[in-house]
Order: sequence, then C-alpha cells, then structure tokens
Amino acid sequence: MEIIEYIKLVFSDYTLRTITLGTAVLGAVTGMLGSFAVLRKESLLGDAISHAALPGIAIAFLITGSKDTNILLIGALVSGLIGTLWIRGITSKTHLKSDTALGLILSLFFGFGMLLLTYIQKLPDANQAGLDKYLFGQAATLLESDVWLMTFVTGLCLLVLLLFWKEFKILLFDKDYAHTLGFNTKFIDILITSFIVLAIVLGLQTVGVVLMSAMLLAPAAAARQWTNSLGKMVFLAAVLGGSAGVFGTAISATQNNLSTGPVIVLVASVFVLFSFIFSPKRGLLFKRIRLIKNRNDLELQKTLAFMYHIVEDHEDVSHPHTIRMLNNFQGYSRKGLRKLVDKNYVELEGGMWSLTSEGFKAAENLYNQNTKDE
Amino acid sequence: MSDAQFEIQLIASLVAIACAIPGTFLVLRKMAMISDAISHSILPGIVVGFFITQDLNSPLLILLAAMTGVLTVVLVEKIQKTKLVKEDTAIGLVFPALFSIGVIMIAKFANDVHLDIDAVLLGELAFTPFDRVFYGDIDLGPKSLWVIGIILVVTLILLFSFFKELKMSTFDAGLATSLGFSPVILHYGLMSVASITTVGAFDAVGAILVVALMIAPAASAYLLTTNLKKMIGLACFFGVFSAISGYWVAHWLDASIAGSITTMLGVVFLFVYLFAPSKGLIAVLYREKQQRIEVSLITFLLHLKNHTEKRERHVNHLNEHINWEKVRSKTVLALALKNNMILISDNIVSLTEKGEEFTSKAIDYILTNEDSLIEDMKDDFFLFRG
Repeated sequence: MEIIEYIKLVFSDYTLRTITLGTAVLGAVTGMLGSFAVLRKESLLGDAISHAALPGIAIAFLITGSKDTNILLIGALVSGLIGTLWIRGITSKTHLKSDTALGLILSLFFGFGMLLLTYIQKLPDANQAGLDKYLFGQAATLLESDVWLMTFVTGLCLLVLLLFWKEFKILLFDKDYAHTLGFNTKFIDILITSFIVLAIVLGLQTVGVVLMSAMLLAPAAAARQWTNSLGKMVFLAAVLGGSAGVFGTAISATQNNLSTGPVIVLVASVFVLFSFIFSPKRGLLFKRIRLIKNRNDLELQKTLAFMYHIVEDHEDVSHPHTIRMLNNFQGYSRKGLRKLVDKNYVELEGGMWSLTSEGFKAAENLYNQNTKDE
Repeated sequence: MSDAQFEIQLIASLVAIACAIPGTFLVLRKMAMISDAISHSILPGIVVGFFITQDLNSPLLILLAAMTGVLTVVLVEKIQKTKLVKEDTAIGLVFPALFSIGVIMIAKFANDVHLDIDAVLLGELAFTPFDRVFYGDIDLGPKSLWVIGIILVVTLILLFSFFKELKMSTFDAGLATSLGFSPVILHYGLMSVASITTVGAFDAVGAILVVALMIAPAASAYLLTTNLKKMIGLACFFGVFSAISGYWVAHWLDASIAGSITTMLGVVFLFVYLFAPSKGLIAVLYREKQQRIEVSLITFLLHLKNHTEKRERHVNHLNEHINWEKVRSKTVLALALKNNMILISDNIVSLTEKGEEFTSKAIDYILTNEDSLIEDMKDDFFLFRG
C-alpha cells in the first residue's frame, strides 16, 4: 500500500482512524507519565501494576456480569492500586527488597487473575468471551468512546501535571527537601502513582497486560537521552510515545497477522536504540568519537611537552633537532607531527624539527588551567 | 486419586522444588525481577526452537530458549554498563522487546502449528500426563516429568557441589573474589540454571507461574529465617505445599491449575507476611509501637534527671512541657512505675536508684554515639516492655 493511500485511509476509515488516534493518545499519556516512573527509579512498577490489574477485571465481571469497558477498567484500577499499595507495604515494613516485592505482586496477582478468568470461562451461560483480550490487547476492539475516555484522561493528567508541576519536580529530585519545605509528599506521591496506574489501566485494552510496561518505559528512556530538563523530557516522551503509536498502527495495519501491541512496542524499542546510539550528548556513538578525539589530543600534547623539555634549556628555542629523537613512547606519530605543523607549533625541515615561538608558548602553558585552549 | 492426578501433582511438586532453589538465590541477590524478564524473553527462543524441532519438549529447544534467557541477562548488563539508564529500566526495555519479537514470529509464521502464546504464558498442567515417553513398548511416564526431573537433578548436583561458593558470592562478593572464586562464572551459572528451569517448566506450568514459584516461596521463607539452608528448605516446602493444595483447589473450582497454584502461593505469602514471628507485619507494627513508647520513656527519664525543681517534675507538666497527650503520658508513667524507675508522691515524680542508673547509662551511650547499645540495656533493666 502506498503511503499517501494509507494516510487517506486513516482519515476515511472509521476503524483505522479510531485505532490510530487511540494508540497515539495512549502513547502520549504513557510517555508523559512514564518519564516520572523512570526518573523515580520505579521503571518496573508499571510491569507489576499492569499484571496486578488482571484480577480486578475478572472480579468486576463476576460482580456486575457486564463487559462494558469502563466498568472492567474501574475494577482494573482498583486492583492495580491495591497491588501498588501492597508493594509499598512490603518494602517499607519488611526487609524484602523492592525487586522481590514487585515480582511477588506481579506473579501472584496475575496467577489469581488467571484462576478467575479460567473459572469464568467454565461458568454456565456466561457470555464471557473477550475478557482475554486484556492479556495481549486488541487495538482493533477500540471504540470511539474509548478514545474519548483516553483523551479525557490525558487532558486531566495534563491539567494536574501543570498544576502540580513544581511539587512533582521537587519530589522527583529531592524528596527530603520537599518534605522540609512543608509539602505533603505522601499526597503528591499517591497522586503521581495513581495517574501512572490510571494510564496503565487505560492501555490494557490496546497493548495488553504483558507489554504495557514497555509503553511506559521506552518513550521515557529514549527521551531521557536527548535532554536534561524535565519539561523537555516529558514533552519529548509524549511525542515519541505518540509517534510510536501511529507508526506501530501503520505497520501492523499494512501487514497481515500482526497484532498492534507488539509492533508498537518494537517501534518504541527502535526509538530507544536510536537514542542510545545517536543522542549527541549521551549517545554511544558521540561518546566514542569524543573518546578518540581526546586520546589524539592527549598524544599531541605529549609530543609537544616532550619537545618542550628538550628545547627549554636551549637559548634558541627554535634550534632544530632530529625527528629520530622522538619515539612512539612519547606519543609521536607522523600524523601527530603534521597536525602540530598545521597548528603552526612546529616547523619541519628534512629530518629535523624545530619549535616555533608560538609552539613554545603553547607548551609552556600546557598545564596551566587558566589559559583557554583555542 | 487416579494415576494422572498423581502424576500432575508429582510434576507440579518437582517444578516447585526446581524453581525454589534458584529462586532463593535470586531473591537474596536482589535479582528477582530478572526471573520475570527471563520468563518473557525465552519466547523467541522457544519459537525458533519449535521451528527446528517441532517438539516442545526437545532438549535442543530447551537449550535454545535457555540461551535467549541468558542473552537477556547479558543485554540488560550491557545496557546498564553504558550508564544511559538504570538497571531496572534496562530490564524493562529488554524483555518486552524480545517478547514482542516472539509474539510477532508466532503470528507471522506459526499460525497453523500448535503453539500459541496463551500456552507459553499459562501452560497446561492438566495435559502433561498425556504426552508420554515410550521405550519400545514400555511406558516410561510423562515427558514433562522426565524433563523437569532431569533439570531438578542437575540443579541439586550443582547446588551441593557449589553451595559454599554460591553462599559466599551471594553474601560477600568481594570476599568471594579475593578468595579466588569467580563471581562472574557463578553469576552466569545461576542465570543459566534459572533460564533452563524456566524453559523446562513453562510447558507444564507457564511462564508466569514460573516467576511466582521462584519468588513467592523464597520471599516467604526469607521472612521466617536468616539461615540459608533453612531458607532453601522452607522455600521448597512452601512450593510443594502450594503445588499440591493448589491442584486440589483447581480440581474443586474446575479452573486453571497454574492459576490456583499461584493463588495458593499468594495465600501462603500473605499468611507469612502478616504473622511471621519477628519480621511479619503484625510483629513489626507491634515493635514499632513498643519502641515509640520506650523512646518516650527515655526522653521522660532524661527530663527528670535534668531537673531538680518540683515544678518541672509535676505530673501535669508532662502534658504542657513535653507536649504529650493525656493517654501517652499515662502509658509512659505507668510503664516507668511498673519498671520501678520512678516514684510518685503528691503528683511529683522522682527517679528511683534504678532509674538513676538506667538514665546515666543511657546518657553515656547517647553521648558516645552508641545508641544501639540502649536496646541491649533495655533487656537488663526492663521487667515490662512498652
């Protein structure tokens, strides 16, 4: 399918439009909140919460007998919150570490949810089909009303973020300081965690329990590489999450047999990989380049320093010496020497080299931190 | 109880033990979430293995899948080493990506074969007795029993031969290195065992239950003991107990066996979490309350020692000066009286000889920054605790 044709289809086809919008909004809101999860070093909390939401869905269905998305999601929200609080309880009151608490809640709640789901399946005359779409997610089942709900939550989340921006920020980077300033850290903490739970629960229908955590993490981890400012990071994560949603939907829609959730996750992972390698400040590629450049600079300086030590006792600093005096050990290389000539520090003639007065001055100030290198 | 039922319970119990052993070390090494990551990311390995062997129980498939598990660990460590993100973020990035690749591979290429994601994630213990091994015409038992049995035997052999090394590198990696044990080899050894166990068990019980069986029994045992051998033993016991009771719950509810075993694990953990003698929630809350009162008591005694004037030592003064509520001052006074620390005459409180001695010792400890010794001193002086 041609790209233009596809874009036309996005605007004309109801299902495709709904899914694209839905995944884009979802990606944006999870990216936004995921930034906080990543910076609070609670990356895996999302994984635990999404699994912990499963029994809530089953219990909501058992109690009400309805398959209405909103009711099921409220169940998921409640059970996700219970899971989160229990994790907090385990880590604060016992000596079990957070990773154990996360793993426990994740697997125990999920197992319990599976027990309930299989129990529901065996119930006579219950029209239960479709509950297991929450396991792996089915973006195709998104309705326009679901998208509206997501948009509403995103708006609410944005509003709260703007209102409590300062509090969130200070809690993120210095919790004790926030506490001494008189902020109710417990309240802010619960507020941000609740929104994270809410975002995860919203995504269950689209990407499912298992892959939800990646939606939260990947855009934020990618955005983190490009900036050190919280505001920019949150914005960037939202944009990256949204575009992962759009591109993922596009790829899965144009291929047969590709479910949307995994494709979105893979697209987001590609974003992360790209950011890891190509981000100008933290990226691996530029780090490598900087390392090589630093090493070359150091070699040059070594050569220069060695020359300086030879000539410093001479009256005439530009008295020529043989190149053979320099050796590998002093950081000498043909290329390095040529570079020094280019910088006008050294003059070469035949097999002889001589420092220029400029080079002598530079060598003299080599270890002087106060003079700026050009 | 029929043969099939017995076999299911036997397999479940063996899986529980095989998981509890590496699980204990994972919990102690603060790597519990790695087991979650491994259990998800073996999926592409299983799919590729299944294309090659067409048999979910073949050793080649188990090896391939286990290699994906180890690969996950390596990838996580590589990402972590770049210092671009924290370890938990690295875990959270790697396994969903690998899992997605697995899901897509199944959807794209394996639609017509018997391998679906539900089976990988949830397993089906109830079907294990029907897939049997034959030698000629002789029935040797279910395949899963053989697979998990071999894995368990290997795990046990490794555990007994490297127990000392494992213990050392778990609790003091620095010392282990200086004594010449390589923590890296032990680390990857443990990861390989965890991966192989996960793969061997997933077919029977599913990936999620593997995580539960690794972490929950070990965590419950950790709340009850601090002795490594006892912890492993207890973890195995909890695992087997949940496996068998879970089977019967599933039988009664006619629901997923894996799900109900996990639920039983949850019940066991909840019970231990609440009622463990010294580390359970109730014990901790009780101790916190006790300590709060005892700290108040010490503050109060110090106050008495500092003041000779009667005004400062009046009972009502407690409420005003130290800002305590009525109930609290009453409890503190009662406790001090019970322990013969103070005398009250005409509503004026004064220290007894024992109270004097206790207080001066407490001051000594506080001044020399040895606050922890106060705890021991309390045992010597107190007849009644707060």
